[in-house]
Amino acid sequence: MILTLIGFTLRAMVPITLTAVGEIIGETAGLFNIGLEGILLVSAFAGAFGATIVGPIGGLAIGMGVGALVGLLFAIVSTYWKGTQMVAGIGINLLAIGFVEFGMIRFSSNAGAFSIPSEFQLTRLNTPFGLLSPVIFIALALPFVIYWFLRRTRAGLILKAVGESPEAADVAGINVNRVRLVASTVGGMLAGLGGAYMSVAWFGFVTKGMSAGRGFIALATVVFSGLNPILALVGGALFGFFRSLGLWVDTIPGFPIPAEFLQMLPYIVTLLVVSGVIGRVRFPKALGQPYKRE
Amino acid sequence: MREEKLERNSPRYLRGIHRTLTGFHPAIESVLAAIIGLLIGAVVMWLWGYDPIAAYSTMLKGAFADKWGLADSGAIAAPLILTALTFSICLRAGMFNIGAEGQLIMAGLAVVSVGFFSLPPGLHHVVALLFAMVAGAIWSIGPALLKLTRGVHEVVSTIMFNWIAHFLAIYLIGTILMNPRSADQTIPVPSTAIFSKLVKGTDLTYAVFVAIGFSLIIYFILWHTTIGYEVRAAGLNPSAARYGGIKNKRTILLSFILGGVSAGLAAAMILLGSSSTHAMYRLHGQLTNVGFDGMAVAMVGRNHPIGILFSALFFGGLNAGGRLMQLGSSPVPVQMVRLVMGVIVFTMSIPELARIFPAIRRYSVKLVRDLRQLGSSAGRRQSR
Repeated sequence: MILTLIGFTLRAMVPITLTAVGEIIGETAGLFNIGLEGILLVSAFAGAFGATIVGPIGGLAIGMGVGALVGLLFAIVSTYWKGTQMVAGIGINLLAIGFVEFGMIRFSSNAGAFSIPSEFQLTRLNTPFGLLSPVIFIALALPFVIYWFLRRTRAGLILKAVGESPEAADVAGINVNRVRLVASTVGGMLAGLGGAYMSVAWFGFVTKGMSAGRGFIALATVVFSGLNPILALVGGALFGFFRSLGLWVDTIPGFPIPAEFLQMLPYIVTLLVVSGVIGRVRFPKALGQPYKRE
Repeated sequence: MREEKLERNSPRYLRGIHRTLTGFHPAIESVLAAIIGLLIGAVVMWLWGYDPIAAYSTMLKGAFADKWGLADSGAIAAPLILTALTFSICLRAGMFNIGAEGQLIMAGLAVVSVGFFSLPPGLHHVVALLFAMVAGAIWSIGPALLKLTRGVHEVVSTIMFNWIAHFLAIYLIGTILMNPRSADQTIPVPSTAIFSKLVKGTDLTYAVFVAIGFSLIIYFILWHTTIGYEVRAAGLNPSAARYGGIKNKRTILLSFILGGVSAGLAAAMILLGSSSTHAMYRLHGQLTNVGFDGMAVAMVGRNHPIGILFSALFFGGLNAGGRLMQLGSSPVPVQMVRLVMGVIVFTMSIPELARIFPAIRRYSVKLVRDLRQLGSSAGRRQSR
């Protein structure tokens, strides 16, 4: 029973952790992308349709590609064109809702949901925790890799320099805008993997509301982690756990709390956790500001 | 003029945001963004096998060609005006309130609950509007207090409040507010609280005057009262405002409350006005995404209460025409409109958009200058 709960948690953790790690890369370089929710939704949609054409692995790749593309667009607007990142992010979210609603009607006979036939879904591995997708192991390993990358490599330091003090980085001969472009693209790609995982390897269907605030929970996780990818893993697991707890408790017959209140749990926990840690975390100085050479 | 002075002294990044979203120079960039949005929408339609020209002409005809089309556009515009104000008021105070959706849902629940008691018409309308305003305000105080006491970023907290409201609504609509005759909706608003039609055969009701009136009130508060000046000053330059003795906490709280009131009224516009059943649906039906669409309206309207009126009519037209578009000879789903909105907002994030197209800019600058000269020479002639 505990094992099933852990399995539930592992499955629910993946999109939040991947998205949060991607956002950590972006925020370290000074880009604040609130369009993650949109990236999750679009890539879930693109991944699902990709999977029915080129198979599950291809579907995941297409999801990542779409995520990377959106990340790239965001970066172009907010670096070279000095755009307001907050507004660009809101634009991405709106665009994603419109695109997916439109695409659903165009490509699926059912406007509400599109199910992926099981032969096009990613094979799950049989473990003591239940059926687990291989993507889960990527999500478990990736934060450590990114942690190492950010703290121990030259490229990671460059990323940090660009976020903390773009002027100094520029003087040191670093192309600030290009670094931010790459960071945002990689971040978008990871969020894209998270989105495609949801449709291709977890739910097996797409709906227009399937991102369900996960992009914003990932933003909250980034705040909670203070830009430490390993803590983002912990945060993702925490929110995954509360989501699963709701689903799991709901299966107990005669449980007194209505299902809707249990479904609120992850959002309430997010609020509590974020309001508990603020003030102790520090963000890059140039976060959210376009860099202009004087 | 005072505003320009404030802007010059504000931190660079805030100055960027402010200039992008409010812009002293007129609506050229909004129009440009709208054109880009419609063009990209056309490309997407064309790629996916629709006929964009036929679709847009059906849309425009349906939206603006006759009295009925305009009335339907206005009916859709009414709630959009109010959710756009929610975003704009808070933006003027330096906050990104993207929680109109949740405030709208909570207000919707409050509005349908007026069906539990009977009152004479007139009084019932007022009570329903008051319920909406109070519910919206209560739901927006949460994120404001979290921001002020704990420093929680309003983007995260408002979205979390949206989802909490979403599930709370599903619960309440399925239990105490449920319509015994049809389980997927609430009890309808009684006829004594419903606004009567302004144009027969359309969705436009007298409720639209509430939206326009509220927007004028907001204009008055922000530009002609001390507290409104403080809100704008704090949004433009928080530290200078603090030195000047303006309490940022007060302005943030006020902007959130006004925003919540506005979002609440938006729910009333739908449930007391344009909705055909005057009931809220389990998955929120007509209320869905009105809060988010309002952000697009706000940005195209340059976050100014008067600009919002025009941009809401534009987006209302897109939606009203879009409904006809999906019935036409080449049926394009109305969801296209939201895609166009997204592109427009994304484009609007680029400051001094027109600079990307130097030629267009050069010409539009010339145009404005020429028009101004024309206007001033006309004025001189008159004064003579």
